[in-house]
Parts: sequence; structure tokens; C-alpha cells
Amino acid sequence: MFTRGLKRKCVGHEEDMEGALAGLKTVSSYSLQRQSLLDMSLVKLQLCHMLVEPNLCRSVLIANTVRQIQEEMTQDGTWRSVTPQEAGRAPLDRLVSTEILCRSAWEQEGARPAPGLGDGHVQGPVSDLCPVTSAQAPRHPQSGIWELDGPREDRGGFHKSLDQIFETLETKNPGCMEELFSDVDSPYYDLDTVLTGMVGGARPGPCEGLEGLAPATPGPSSSCKSDLGELDHVVEILVET
Amino acid sequence: MTKVTTTNYKTIKLWKISERDKRPEGYNLKEEDGRYRDPTTVTTLRVPVFRPMDLMVEASPRRIFANAHTYHINSISINSDYETYLSADDLRINLWHLEITDRSFNIVDIKPANMEELTEVITAAEFHPNSCNTFVYSSSKGTIRLCDMRASALCDRHSKLFEEPEDPSNRSFFSEIISSISDVKFSHSGRYMMTRDYLSVKIWDLNMENRPVETYQVHEYLRSKLCSLYENDCIFDKFECCWNGSDSVVMTGSYNNFFRMFDRNTKRDITLEASRENNKPRTVLKPRKVCASGKRKKDEISVDSLDFNKKILHTAWHPKENIIAVATTNNLYIFQDKVN
Repeated sequence: MFTRGLKRKCVGHEEDMEGALAGLKTVSSYSLQRQSLLDMSLVKLQLCHMLVEPNLCRSVLIANTVRQIQEEMTQDGTWRSVTPQEAGRAPLDRLVSTEILCRSAWEQEGARPAPGLGDGHVQGPVSDLCPVTSAQAPRHPQSGIWELDGPREDRGGFHKSLDQIFETLETKNPGCMEELFSDVDSPYYDLDTVLTGMVGGARPGPCEGLEGLAPATPGPSSSCKSDLGELDHVVEILVET
Repeated sequence: MTKVTTTNYKTIKLWKISERDKRPEGYNLKEEDGRYRDPTTVTTLRVPVFRPMDLMVEASPRRIFANAHTYHINSISINSDYETYLSADDLRINLWHLEITDRSFNIVDIKPANMEELTEVITAAEFHPNSCNTFVYSSSKGTIRLCDMRASALCDRHSKLFEEPEDPSNRSFFSEIISSISDVKFSHSGRYMMTRDYLSVKIWDLNMENRPVETYQVHEYLRSKLCSLYENDCIFDKFECCWNGSDSVVMTGSYNNFFRMFDRNTKRDITLEASRENNKPRTVLKPRKVCASGKRKKDEISVDSLDFNKKILHTAWHPKENIIAVATTNNLYIFQDKVN
């Protein structure tokens, strides 16, 4: 019945490919556990909210846990995205970095600065995108470390939902629960799989996704724009004067 | 005759508790069953007399203090002046006069202007046993604030803040939850206070804010199970704690109907079980032991066999005698020191 308590695993600065892979596997297992904890917490928050007399202390503690997980996930992302300038890094690390940068551009849609890429600078990620992704643009932008976040990508939207939870707890208006969670697209249907299944199991970790990209055949185009499909449109809008 | 205050989340009641072991018999106008007699049938007069009866304990509500709390009340504490008392909910603490039921004064309010910014709630509060102007309240982040009501009407600024720095080697996503204080109790002397968080009991010297003077592990073997305990919600259980009359021993509850006592002088501790199966009345309780890992010795219980539905949240110690009350889910046990 009991599983090991979650502990933060130290991912060292491995230089070689094997080391990097092993590091990623450890990170992957930790990330999966972390993600399932996040999912569990979100379900608990939703259940809290459904009670006639919500327990405020419990809700606050669970919400704080969710925030902590989120912050750590963001920091992990930020930490990786700082690396593109270092040419000597292993190719896998480079792929992860560019993935983050590409993903950050998506977040620009909401006019929010991407985490760790400078503040409020709409053009920041765009200028970073092109030089980095010329030869190593990932074929499947959907895979990678951010996939673990699930379909819900906009962190800003999530924060809004947490805040709404507290407001509604105060006004005790259970009727607006549907609206409350309408933009939180968390995959609750997956929760059983995640919780009863295993660390190795249901979800593809970043390791699997990246292994698919490892051959890293340079794409036919040298510019990031044509490689990234829908992103083209956004980038064009941003860059056009 | 005793007076007791109770609360059911938002309403506070003051009850008078009395014992009755005699009752009057022989009324002139009433039958024994309470029916009125027809006065025309009364031919002689008699004086009613008291006759013994089976001991009955009665509780009658005397005051109802309502509508002062928006959130769930977690503590009530009577002041040493025996005239006022405080009640605390998740975000506010109110001061009442025992005789006045329609008015209270708000003395602590930690509700943020924007509820979105709420990250900490009040978990317990208590008046100092000797200083009628001093009280403490604990929070879900593991801090205790001591306030002096003479400083200002609204005690938003604490006089002292008690907080132990976090141990970085034990950090996990559950650190904050297990640091949340479920109970705070002053010693009878007023010199110390005790706090209960999920895994431990801490004794604080009121003169030292930066760390407790003593820490006792209640069930450290649960630390590696925190994820499961979070999943089944046990991590949110709120255990109480109490001092014995001389402040030399502290007691608190645990799971599997176990409760623990720590002797502050000898540094010895004991685990006992409150259950009917193992103990007949008047038998001496056998010490219990939980086997954290490795080979389980005879009579030890392994962590995985513990019943997490059997929790002892409430315990109390008689202020003068060595008599304790221990509440399990459905039963109340009274134990006393073995008398020679």
C-alpha cells in the first residue's frame, strides 16, 4: 500500500551521453511522480470545493503544495533554457533547451513573458529561436519535458483557477464550479492510471520522446519558421513591424 | 458544578454541568410520574423529601454565542480572569465576555484583502494561564505568534514569533503540510508552550523564539510514507497534545489507537494502546512498539500493519492526579496510574 515518499533527486552535471540519459531517466521518474502528485492535488482541491462546508485549512495546504510543484517545474524548465549558448553541451540537452524556447513562444500568445527568458520582452524568445534551432529543430514539438504538464499549457490560466477557488470558497457559491474549472484541462481521466500504475507505465516520459528525436536529422529548411508549422503564423505576427 | 464551552464550527455554547444523585419525592399536587393531581382529591399535606437515585450527569445550555465567525472555529480558550474567553477560526480570533452573548471583539484578523493571496491560516489559539493579556496562536505554516492585548486593540502585530528553521535534508513537497501546527498548549507554569505538528511534539521556552528547547518524535516511521498519507488524507489529521499537572510529562495520540507519553526529565517515552480487546478494566497496559524497518521482534507491530482509521486525536490529563482521558473513534477511555 505504501509507496516511497517523494524526495528531490539531485540531477548532477553529467557530461557524457550515457550520463545524460541516466540523469534524464531519474528525472523522468521523479517528474512522473511529481506530475501524479500534482494531479492528485488538483483532484483533492476540486473535491474540497464540492463540500457544503469547505475546509479552508486543508484547501490552503493543498493549494500551497500545488504552487510548490509548479514553481519547481518552472525552475526546471528555466534551468534548462539557459543553456543554448553553451556549444559544448550534449545534443540531448540542446534539444531540450530548444524545445523549451519553442514552447515559450506559444505562451507569448497570452502576452505573458516566458519564464526565465527576460521580462515582458515579447521579442525575446523569437530572437532566441532562430539562431538556436537552425539545425536541430525537433520534429515533434509536442513531446519533451513540457508534455508532462498535460494539455494545460498556460500557467497563467492555472493560477487564475487557484485564485478563483479561494474566492468561491469565501462566497460559498458551489454553482460556479463548472466555470471555475472550465479552463483547467487537467486529465482527470488519466488519474487512475497514473496513481495505480507505475512510474514506468502510462505516460511517455521526456526520455522516450527525446529518444525518438535523437538522430536529429537536420531539417530541410534552415529557418525555424518553416519547421514549426502553426508557430509560423505567430512568429510572423510578432516579428512584422 | 462545572461550566464547559463547546463549539460546532460556528456557534459557541456555554453549558452548566451538574451531578444529581437525589431527587425530591412526595409532592402534594403532582404524582410521581409528573401528572397533576386533582386538588379536590388531596386530603392531607406532606413535606416532599429527597431520596437517593442513580447518579445522573446533566448538561444544560446557559449561553449561546453565535454569529461571530465566518469560518470554522478551531479553538476556544478561557482567560485566567474567568471573565473573558477567545474563540479562533481559520482567519480571525474574537474576544468575548462570558456574560455577553451578542457582542465580541475581533483581536486578530489575518484575512487578506484579496483572498487570492491567502496562503496561511490560524490553526489553534490559547490564552496564557497566568497573564490575562497574553495569548498565542499557531498557523498552518508552523509558526506561533504571541500577542499582548495591551499593545493595541487589533493584535495584528505579534510580540513574539516562534519558528524553527526548516531542516533542508528533510525537505519534500509535504514539508509545509507536516509543519502545520494542530495544537498549542501552555504549560501549567506558563513558562513553556507545547506544539503538535504531524510528526512531532515541540516544547518552546517563551523566552526563545528561534527554536524549540525540546522535540519529541511521535511516529517518525511515517516520514517515508507521507505520499500515501497525503493520498488517503491522513496527513491532514489534527492531533492534540497535553501536559500532566507538574509539566514533567507530555502526551499525544497516534494511529492504531496508540498514544504516546514523553517524560521530559528522564527522556524516556512509552507507547500505549487504547483498545478493548487487549485490556480488561484494571489491567496494567502493556507498552507497545512499532517496528520501523528490518526484522520485526515478537510483540512489535510493523508500520504496514497499522490501522490508520484508528486514530487518537484527543487526549487530556487531569490537572492534579495521574488520570488521563483518551478518545478513540467511538470510545472514551479513562486510565489512571496503577495504585499499589
